[in-house]
Amino acid sequence: MRATRQIPATTNNNSKPHPFNTPSNMERSLFKYILKHSLKGQIVLLVVTALSMPFVYFSLEVPKIIINEAIGGQGMPQAVLGFEFTQITYLFALCGLFLFLVLINGGFKYFLNVYRGVLGERMLRRMRYQLYSRLLRFPLPHFKRVSSGEIIPMITAETEPLGGFIGEAFSLPAFQGGLLLTYLFFIFNQDPFLGAAAVATYPLQMYVIPKLQRRVNRLAKQRVLAARQLAARIGDSVSGIAEIHANDTTHYERADISARLGHIFHIRYHIYRKKFFIKFLNNFLAQITPFFFYSAGGYFVIMGELSLGALVAVLAAYKDLADPWKELLKYYETKEDVRVKYAQVLDQFEPQQMLDEALVADEAETVPPLKGDLVASNLSFSEDQLIKLVDGVNAQLRLNEHVLITGPNGSGRDEFARLLARLLRPTAGRITIGDQNTADLPESVVGRRIGYVGPSVYLFPGSVRDNMHYALKHLPRVLADIDESFKRALTAEREEALRTGNSLHAFTADWVDYAGAGVDDGEQLELRIVELMRVVGLEEDIYHLGLHSTIDPQAREEFSQRVMQARAALHERLREEDLSGLVEPFEENRYNLNASVAENLLFGTPTDATFDLEKIANHEYMLHILTEAGLQTDLLEVGRKVADTMVDLFADLPPGHEFFEQFSFISAEDLPEYQQLLKRISTQGMRAMDAETQARFLSLAFKLAPARHRLGLIDEQMQTRILKARDAFRANLPSELSDVVAFFDADAYNGESTLLDNILFGKLAYGQARGQARLSSVINSVIDGHGLRVDIVRVGLDYDVGIGGGRLSMEQRQKLAVARALLKQPDILIVNDATSTLDGAKELQLLKGVREQCEGRGLIWVSGRAEYAREFDRALVMESGRVIEQGTFDELEQADGTFKALLHNG
Amino acid sequence: MSLEEEAKLLRNIGLFAHLDPSKLKLLAFTSRWLEFQAGEELCHEGEHGDSAYIITGGTAEVLVDSENGPVLVATRGKNEVIGEMSILCDTPRTATVRAKDTVHALNVSKDVFMQLVKGSPDIAVQIIRTLANRLEESTAKLRDAKEKLAKAALE
Repeated sequence: MRATRQIPATTNNNSKPHPFNTPSNMERSLFKYILKHSLKGQIVLLVVTALSMPFVYFSLEVPKIIINEAIGGQGMPQAVLGFEFTQITYLFALCGLFLFLVLINGGFKYFLNVYRGVLGERMLRRMRYQLYSRLLRFPLPHFKRVSSGEIIPMITAETEPLGGFIGEAFSLPAFQGGLLLTYLFFIFNQDPFLGAAAVATYPLQMYVIPKLQRRVNRLAKQRVLAARQLAARIGDSVSGIAEIHANDTTHYERADISARLGHIFHIRYHIYRKKFFIKFLNNFLAQITPFFFYSAGGYFVIMGELSLGALVAVLAAYKDLADPWKELLKYYETKEDVRVKYAQVLDQFEPQQMLDEALVADEAETVPPLKGDLVASNLSFSEDQLIKLVDGVNAQLRLNEHVLITGPNGSGRDEFARLLARLLRPTAGRITIGDQNTADLPESVVGRRIGYVGPSVYLFPGSVRDNMHYALKHLPRVLADIDESFKRALTAEREEALRTGNSLHAFTADWVDYAGAGVDDGEQLELRIVELMRVVGLEEDIYHLGLHSTIDPQAREEFSQRVMQARAALHERLREEDLSGLVEPFEENRYNLNASVAENLLFGTPTDATFDLEKIANHEYMLHILTEAGLQTDLLEVGRKVADTMVDLFADLPPGHEFFEQFSFISAEDLPEYQQLLKRISTQGMRAMDAETQARFLSLAFKLAPARHRLGLIDEQMQTRILKARDAFRANLPSELSDVVAFFDADAYNGESTLLDNILFGKLAYGQARGQARLSSVINSVIDGHGLRVDIVRVGLDYDVGIGGGRLSMEQRQKLAVARALLKQPDILIVNDATSTLDGAKELQLLKGVREQCEGRGLIWVSGRAEYAREFDRALVMESGRVIEQGTFDELEQADGTFKALLHNG
Repeated sequence: MSLEEEAKLLRNIGLFAHLDPSKLKLLAFTSRWLEFQAGEELCHEGEHGDSAYIITGGTAEVLVDSENGPVLVATRGKNEVIGEMSILCDTPRTATVRAKDTVHALNVSKDVFMQLVKGSPDIAVQIIRTLANRLEESTAKLRDAKEKLAKAALE
């Protein structure tokens, strides 16, 4: 079992801002959004930028003074602030000042860059969190229309450029604009006419560029959509990969993707054309201004209306002017790009009928049980406003009643069940529990007091146990006893989260609500989970997963000792019951005829890939040991004979014949190659073969188990020598290899072997009729006798279910989902066609178990199998969205209506 | 026992007498050699069967369930085949076979068996002959039973 570090959920309870920090609406305009959440930061950026300006100015000024005054010696002051200087000391003082200013400027730049980055990243974090929070509030039917392939890039990739922009949203135009105005002011001061010439093209640029930019924006929008659809299509391909192969549609799919990529290319192509045309225009207009200066300015100088000095100064200033102007234009372009993205992302995150924020925000520590009856009044639901899937249903269910809702497929029973679980919202009418409309109940009540298992089960990646605990993870538990350094680290995390309106709950805390499962601590919860595994008929499966798992004997000393006792007891039992022939135990000084040569040599479990069966025949140390024991030549000969036999036996079979996989040591593809090799060996001898070829033959010999394969190739004399090699292998193992094999030891638990192998400590003997079954029954009885069963099931709970539970069968997933819903002890449990993959007998058994668990509480079982009504207090029969009959099984059967028809058709 | 010896042993069984040596070895290699103690069942009536047995030593009793408990209908000994019906026709076992003394048997899986039948007309003919003999056996017994029944009715 994994130890969970228990961490406080919230470290500071006095100032408790709302941890689920989602403003009800995000600002439609990006700039409003930025100002709302980062006004302070933007002001800091502006102020610091302004403060840095004089230093920039001085750092430009000082070199001039150094050259003119200190080096040139013109107008050097005799004393500054009462200090007298020589020319040399003055020079060094100024150079020192220059160095100081360089540092200051660098410092400012460093601060501004970091601050901008942090500001942008915080805003990005806030935005992504908000988008995700909104996603959690989407009405469920909305997910039929948008795919995860579209949503994911919106939250991840599409928001990314926003972070970079937000940091400079205000400070960049302010700074560059300021520079521009300063230079312009300077030029106008020199000559108003030249000033006018300098800005002559601005109006044109300001008129033309936005027009062009708008076209780019339109294209950018299309590009974002196309990229999203591409992502969605790739997502489809991943989900439907089996269909693609089963229907040979790879060409079709590739053509689709190719067309989409082409579409994106064309959009990009047009964007490039427009974008670079804008750039061309800007460059051209920027270059045209000096033309005015040279022609008009030159004319005025010649005519004596302007001094040459002034023209040169203006030209220099104009050069400086170009940079800020360029920056501003670039900023404009980025701003437009980001604005479009923001609006487009936001559009997708404002679906109709989002779940009210207040309903998900509730943070009640405990929720009292529901009281009163569950009443559906005039309940209707339609998806497209045309067909009423649920049509004016009136029904009353007591919270201690077990009711079956049945009806033909499409009768609305599924929608009715989801309405009851509030996964759908009624289009008319309402559902009340006691005097409360369920539409107004916070999720903390619905999610904890009502259980729901639907036909399509989702398991989260993690262990079986994690998935069971999932039903209890409503809020982190606050614990008093945690160490200070941990608390501090957590407080820092929390403050950062607070700044960006993120969740203030520590994810690493212990979230499991023991009280919600009706237990006091983790140990009791484990036992409860094991019990529920039994109820849903999953215990045997989990038990087997546990048997085939490994445990760390150091971490679980007591348990591993009991396993050792079970090992002793098993072999004792086998002796007593005259069943010793079933197992050939591992013995240090005996050759195990049911184990392979490799297993006999290693006499242990490899801990990593070093001594893999495929690699072991090539391992330097192993070869050394074999040579020392004089076994190498003989085992190579055995390998050759094995290959010979395989060629003899299997060469006539068509490739791909199932015997190859089941029986052959050599695969069908490799067989011809071995035939060639055998021919070469027969003429040249094994010695002439290279190391790799020899290793191949050696590994054939290594796979031989005499009892199983009966090729008569490993005689007793060779067995004795292999035993000697076994000892030598272990005794001389170099230190760097010391932990790559966990050796078998009759008195020690082997952490690299499975629990089953540790109990068995030997090999199932070949040739015993029903050996496996007989042995299993003895092992199971020993395990039960030693009270190990629960522990082994608990080890099985560690089994990783895989992505979406893919490593479990559909049946196992459905059972697990039912167990998960039972764990939180809901007041009403709704099981909506959730066990459809089970066969009738198993489903009935599960149903009975669930009914027992729900004793005294509400159970609504939704199924097309009308005969289950026998098991329930009452049944509701639905057809065309209405409840048309209800009553006990007997009443319904006598009524001679739809129910009876269902009963006999089903 | 080595593969060569096993192949020799199989050659003595009428069914496989004409099989070429490599096929015999393949059969020996891909089949399981099992030992049953007296009283142990080789197969159970009504269960799904995916293998046949060739008895290489000992005697086995063929029992059929009836209202009055299991009825012994036949015994099978060395070199006889058991359970081929259920793998040829994909039907459940038609009888229970129990070891009378220590029985050694070669357990041939359905795949191997079908492979043999398909690959060798000799074997197919042998199997048909065996089945025909058994059918005749059953028919004769049925006739006896009917006659007995008719007599009983007359008396």
